[in-house]
Amino acid sequence: MSAPARERAAVRGRVVRTAHVSFRVAERAVVVCLALLAVVVGVGLVTLTTGDFELTVPEVVKALLGQGDGASDFIVLTLRLPRLVTGLLVGAALAVSGAILQSLSGNPLASPDIIGFVQGSATGAILVIVLADGSMVQIGAGAVVGGVATSAVVYVLAFKQGVQGFRLILIGIGVSFVMLSLNKYLITRASLSDAIAAQAWQVGGLNGRGWEHAQVVGAAAAVLLPLALYFGRRLALMEMGDSTAKGLGVDSERTRLALIAISVGLAAVATAAAGPVSFLALAAPQLARRLTGSSGAGLVPAALMGALLLTAGDLAVQRLFSPAQLPVGIATGALGGLYLIWLLAHEWRRGVAR
Amino acid sequence: MDTAVQARPRGGTGHAVRAVGLVVAIGVLVLVFVLSLWVGSRDIPFASTWHVLLHNDGSTEAVIIHDLRVPRGLMGLLVGGALGLAGALMQALTRNPLADPGLLGVEMGAATAVVVAIAFTGVSTVTGYIWFAFAGAAAASVLVYVLGSSGRSAATPERLVLAGAAITAVLVAFVSAVLVLDTQAFNSFRFWDVGALAGRKMDAVAQVAPFILVGVALALGLARSLNVLALGDQTGKALGANLGRTRALGALAVTLLCGAATAAAGPIAFIGLTIPHVARMIAGSDQRWVLPYSLVLAPILLIGSDVVGRVVIAPAELQVGIVTAFLGAPVFIALCRRRKLAQL
Repeated sequence: MSAPARERAAVRGRVVRTAHVSFRVAERAVVVCLALLAVVVGVGLVTLTTGDFELTVPEVVKALLGQGDGASDFIVLTLRLPRLVTGLLVGAALAVSGAILQSLSGNPLASPDIIGFVQGSATGAILVIVLADGSMVQIGAGAVVGGVATSAVVYVLAFKQGVQGFRLILIGIGVSFVMLSLNKYLITRASLSDAIAAQAWQVGGLNGRGWEHAQVVGAAAAVLLPLALYFGRRLALMEMGDSTAKGLGVDSERTRLALIAISVGLAAVATAAAGPVSFLALAAPQLARRLTGSSGAGLVPAALMGALLLTAGDLAVQRLFSPAQLPVGIATGALGGLYLIWLLAHEWRRGVAR
Repeated sequence: MDTAVQARPRGGTGHAVRAVGLVVAIGVLVLVFVLSLWVGSRDIPFASTWHVLLHNDGSTEAVIIHDLRVPRGLMGLLVGGALGLAGALMQALTRNPLADPGLLGVEMGAATAVVVAIAFTGVSTVTGYIWFAFAGAAAASVLVYVLGSSGRSAATPERLVLAGAAITAVLVAFVSAVLVLDTQAFNSFRFWDVGALAGRKMDAVAQVAPFILVGVALALGLARSLNVLALGDQTGKALGANLGRTRALGALAVTLLCGAATAAAGPIAFIGLTIPHVARMIAGSDQRWVLPYSLVLAPILLIGSDVVGRVVIAPAELQVGIVTAFLGAPVFIALCRRRKLAQL
């Protein structure tokens, strides 16, 4: 971002001062967050009410409160709600993961794949699919093991008297390509049905996700998202460079490791539950940043944007293409991509250079 | 990212040293090329390889060498050089070390067109894909460039990068949807998608060579302007550089190079992104050296990988797209750890 824009950002918002604390409230960010939240709730309601079996809003609310009749209880609580909750959490987790990495590396192209995570998790999952013919839970476990192991290898290889951001990225790219080649090789060697399963997993989907997925992602998000918000406050300082951050009292090496670990953890559980919905991690933070007009990492708007993109995408594939069960990654890519194209074209016509 | 501290172009390396290095690299390239003519699933002694290469006597050996290995080696030379140069160009244009030539949407455009060709037109030969892939690559990169420059000023790096990412995502979505719904198309596509040089004949070489040669000439001619571009838009403009023209010509060169390479061999992602970094580690950040180094180093890796791919699981073959990353990544990682990283 250019210098004048940063100055504008510095004076934007309202500063609240009391006797003990003072903090700045960015009004536009708050408005954007509330608007995003409203749209997410709207998408959620449409998801719960429409489908093969139409329900009214009061029926859904009754079912949510545990007072519905048998049919609506089953449809809402067993079929639609767990899938919706999984989508919300996965979307938020991936978006925050991407926002952290983009901020740490100062690069809009950064997402969990630059540290080898996405390709590594795909390798784990494809190995389980091809060699063991595993269940959905086993595939998820394979993805987590593969992703975390690859990221750890990248971090260790990049470690040389501390981890320098740029070296981490380059080594992440190198390792990613090895895993990518391995994946492509496995897909050419697998039987056609295994290859199709592997391909579908790589696109990322929410078909048939139940409470067991929602619980795992929920538990992980409950731990990791607050941690991300806590450490995320230091991201603005880290963006000024290691030496400036150190001068302002941030232990940059330790903070970077913590943030990378949180980012990998979030990407890991999300990938385990829904596969690598990879474009989400890249696009959601960028979209959120453009809507709020802020320069910082903006983890909360990014999380809301991620949740919105994934649930809206899932709604689209469920309703538009039924009965074909397309993976949600397709809709997320199309939706996020088109929205980003529109936003960019719109922004540039106004002549806002960023 | 505090690359500024780590990465100063090393002042000690004079032009003479870099020229000698380039000559050595060319020598290695020639050696690797000869090796690719000699090594293969059929054992042909080195002496007779040489003999039939010069005197096409119509024997089985001569047919193998003239019809299979020479075109394959030439294709490796063209594709490797094109990808390395396109990568260096793309990173210089966008001033982004993470940029690969696929970023302009070229590779995904090619892949989309190939999927369309397989799924809807019934084209099923590798040479049949070439024109589809090329048309797709050109269309996608024009789209990215138009979107990237649809503002008041000319296309800036970040706009191009984001526009490329956005359009790539839409194309990925389309390709995935087609492949999920059409399993037969997926079955053909997965073999194109790994990237390979096997089975490329002389007619395919002749198809892509003109595009790549024009692209190479265009790219090398831009080296000076790219050096000015590296100083930033403001300084560049003050020095009288025509930024818009440099970016437009650069994008055209990337499209020609990467489009033709992808059409010929499928997507081989590793080379375009990493070779320019190796070139900068050796030659500093002067584009007049980075571009030629990338042009020479990339085919060494590609042809070398192709040779290894023929040997490791002989008599079967490992596709070059797979071997490239396995062979190249350890070297790349070791270099990243050893050397100071050169900035853009």
